[in-house]
Amino acid sequence: MRIWHFALLGLWREWRSGELRLLSFSLILAVAAVTSVGFFTDRVEQALQQQGNELLAADLVIESSNPLADEFQLQAEADGLSLAHTLSFPSVVMGRDEPQLVQVKAVDDTYPLRGQLLLRSDRDSPVTVAHSVPATGKVWIAPRLLVLLDLQPGDSISLGESRFSIEQLVEMEPDQGGNLFQLAPRVMLNLQEIPATGLVTAASRVNHRLLLAGPPESIALFRAWSEPRLPDSARILSISDARPEFRNALERGSRFLALAALVTVLVTGAAVALSTRRLVERQSDAVAVMRCLGAKSGFLRNSLILRLLLLVLLTGLVGAATGYLAQTVLANLLGDWLSQSLPPPSPRPLLTGFATGAITLFGFALPPLLNLPNVSPLRVLRRELGATPPGPWLLGLSAFSALALLIFWEAGEARLAATLLAGVVLLLLVLSLLALLLIRIAGRLQQRARGIQRFGLASLSRHPGTTLLQVCGFGLGIMAILLLAVVRVDLLSAWENTLPAGAPNRFLINILPEQLSELEAFLKQNSIESSGLHPMIRGRLSQINGQPVIPEAYQNPRAQRLAAREFNLSWGMQPQSDNQIVAGQWWRGEAAPPQFSVEKGIAEALGIELGDRLTYRMGDRSFSAPVTSLRTVKWDSFNVNFFVMGSPATLRNESATYITSFYLAPEQEIIAAQLIKRFSSVTLLDVSAILAQVRRVMDRGSAAVEYIFLFTLAAGLLVLYAGILAGAEARSHESAILRTLGAARRQLLGAAAIEFALLGLLAGLLASIGAFITGQLLARQIFQLDYAFSPWLWVSGVGGATLGIGLAGLLSAWPLVIRPPLQSLRRVE
Amino acid sequence: MATTENLNLQVQARDLQKIVIGPTGKLTILERLDLAVHAGEAVAILGASGSGKSTLLGLLAGLDEATAGEVRLFDKSLTGMDEDARAALRAGQVGFVFQNFQLLPTLTALENILLPLELTGNPQARREALDALHQVGLTQRADHYPRQLSGGEQQRIAIARAIAPGPKILFADEPTGNLDQDTGAQIIQLILTLRKQIDVALILVTHDAELAQQCDRRLLLDQGRLEDIP
Repeated sequence: MRIWHFALLGLWREWRSGELRLLSFSLILAVAAVTSVGFFTDRVEQALQQQGNELLAADLVIESSNPLADEFQLQAEADGLSLAHTLSFPSVVMGRDEPQLVQVKAVDDTYPLRGQLLLRSDRDSPVTVAHSVPATGKVWIAPRLLVLLDLQPGDSISLGESRFSIEQLVEMEPDQGGNLFQLAPRVMLNLQEIPATGLVTAASRVNHRLLLAGPPESIALFRAWSEPRLPDSARILSISDARPEFRNALERGSRFLALAALVTVLVTGAAVALSTRRLVERQSDAVAVMRCLGAKSGFLRNSLILRLLLLVLLTGLVGAATGYLAQTVLANLLGDWLSQSLPPPSPRPLLTGFATGAITLFGFALPPLLNLPNVSPLRVLRRELGATPPGPWLLGLSAFSALALLIFWEAGEARLAATLLAGVVLLLLVLSLLALLLIRIAGRLQQRARGIQRFGLASLSRHPGTTLLQVCGFGLGIMAILLLAVVRVDLLSAWENTLPAGAPNRFLINILPEQLSELEAFLKQNSIESSGLHPMIRGRLSQINGQPVIPEAYQNPRAQRLAAREFNLSWGMQPQSDNQIVAGQWWRGEAAPPQFSVEKGIAEALGIELGDRLTYRMGDRSFSAPVTSLRTVKWDSFNVNFFVMGSPATLRNESATYITSFYLAPEQEIIAAQLIKRFSSVTLLDVSAILAQVRRVMDRGSAAVEYIFLFTLAAGLLVLYAGILAGAEARSHESAILRTLGAARRQLLGAAAIEFALLGLLAGLLASIGAFITGQLLARQIFQLDYAFSPWLWVSGVGGATLGIGLAGLLSAWPLVIRPPLQSLRRVE
Repeated sequence: MATTENLNLQVQARDLQKIVIGPTGKLTILERLDLAVHAGEAVAILGASGSGKSTLLGLLAGLDEATAGEVRLFDKSLTGMDEDARAALRAGQVGFVFQNFQLLPTLTALENILLPLELTGNPQARREALDALHQVGLTQRADHYPRQLSGGEQQRIAIARAIAPGPKILFADEPTGNLDQDTGAQIIQLILTLRKQIDVALILVTHDAELAQQCDRRLLLDQGRLEDIP
């Protein structure tokens, strides 16, 4: 009890005296940054996830070629989930006696559960959001069907035995991304109309979908319940099954957010280290007196640890509350950018916040603080006897452990974490070595310099420990600012450039071999540059190295699906321009023996390795070939790409249809209509809406990063402040003595300006180098981006730091030169 | 078995030696000296600046370790005791008054006095601290911080802190060194008066012969050795 009483009293008295303020503020900022980032990213990630779910128009979909048993619907209702049903099937509509193949989609009143269905009343009217589904007797159709059938809104079409009036044009369906290769233009009608059309019979090829939405835990519960009960004809779709380009966009967004959070935490760690140094200096006297009065070191140590734990708890609470408020305000500010209703955050970031506070405090502050109770009581008689500073190895190990823990926790991804950790450790080593070098140089220069220059240089070399800490602290702070102000912008624009403005937005599929030359001529005539015509052959992977492929044998659900479905195979002489061979070699020449090149991701999922022999079955025929190369594919380039490609000899003789993609500007829309009329069997797919959605996801990710940048900036400024305070007492004492000896105010200010400008110059230089290296590492290793940094990085880093820190030094010296020297001397005493 | 003489002894040094390693080699500060201070006795240790007075005080109070010889505090040998054991021995039984006051700047006057009482878990801490504050005549300064007090007032607070736990012995290291002559005289008077009131032994280190004159016994530290001054 006594120790609790003593610890609480001590904490209150230290807080009241201001001793703990800098440390507390650093911790509050660390926790606030992490929790606000945590709360915000949690919400953004949930929103992004939901937006991803918009691709399915639900959180979870059960797709089946037969009507689903009622038990699924009943269970979903019992789990409290929202439901919607859709039916889709190909059919033929008649408009003015002209038939046209269409893809019919019948929806019930609750469709869509996620995302928005966008409509136009005619081709030139503005886009509106659908708040209902087609009414009885009405259909909503794809705009291109109007062109194909030469119809206008309000005209009628026949579908089966029913006639419908065209009411709206479907601009975008939320779930069209999940079904890119839609064979024919959409006709959407009310599910209740289906029986009257007479189109759906027991033998019809119909895609039944049960759409489900609800809280993640209920969805997970339902998924777990339904998976073992699914018939062979059914499968579950969720966001993780959505198209690879969406997964990429989501993952990249999350990586940027993790990076921003991480940098903030690391910078506050530097602030904690700096403020602890000051705290230890100030607390040494108190400890010496207490030991004199009979306090045992164990008692003092336990009381100190208790105080630190209480500090973690209190700063954690304040930090988390600040973080929550900050994210609320910013989420509101960014409301237009982000989804209209961000979901509420989960409590997980709270735990992360408290843990971060504890790790930051104990990692960066504990070793020097733990030595505090060992201050000799003799210090009361001989003031030079302070706390023995912990060995550099202990300090380094402790800080490194904290760094590693924080980085791995925050990054949540081993590779990103390892790269960042290596970058930070390397940077700190380089910073320390270069700072020591500068201190030596300053010492040499000081002997030659005169007047105020000598004072300024002397301050740097007289307290090498403080100078080292300041340079490292300033360097980290400035690096954080540079990383986010300059490198972040460069990385984001490079990232956005991976989706160039002219990315293909139309796919042409089902091109017959005999149409190839005519189609090529048509595209050329209309100055359309395609990504090339690629053969497409459907085949099922039946064996790997002679062993049958059994989907159920795979643990990973994605691998199970991949193993169960038919692949679109292709063959060619060259890999696509965005492909990169990462293992083995691509074949040479037309005569190369049969062989496959497999996309790296799918190879990993299915356990395919270089040299494995794959057997594909097409109808009643099979063929085998070895895997001679693995490739990476940029799925978000929207080029035509294939998981598996064969050498010409492998697949040339198989019957194939062809596929191509190209960019069509909005004003070229008429060409699309001409193309469809001229090549009636070819299917034209419009992916521009999907592209816009990918872009939107990316834009929202970058807005979130910009918000998080504010915390890193605050952390950087805090480090700068802590760095200035670190040597404040010694400087105050020296200034007072110099003033007593007759130094002019101008001289003292000049000396401070020189000292801090030099500190800023070095810190800025080191920070620029650090930001450059870290940015390059991140760009190449993590984001697979290739670009050069702008020279602005160096100008703003070195120039800005010299000016800014020089000015900050001037401002910090001002109170010292206007205060009577005796006051300063008494304060130090 | 302890003799009556031993029980009466508060601090005793035998054959005490202190050698430090300086830039010029070994430096003998205390040369095999002996000293015994009895309960209620006031002993002044005089000596020139740098003669080792403070070093001796530190050794006698168990703040430092001797190179050779033995110090016994309250009839317990400090030799072989670690710092924590020595601290436990000091707790509540030893009071200190320093030249530079050694008040904690972040605590108020009353809190400074409370400190030794809180460390020993005294349930009457506040009342006893207020009593001590009253004894040094600064009740009205209870909530003042050291920086808001004059030098003399700060030293009075330090004296209150030293006597508050009811110690058996008081160590005072140049308690007037930072004060003007009048204030210094008042402080010495206060220490001596309180010492008698609470019947506590005093070891006063000073270079001021006039102050030393008011103690029961005077010793001169010179060349590392103690000599009685008649």
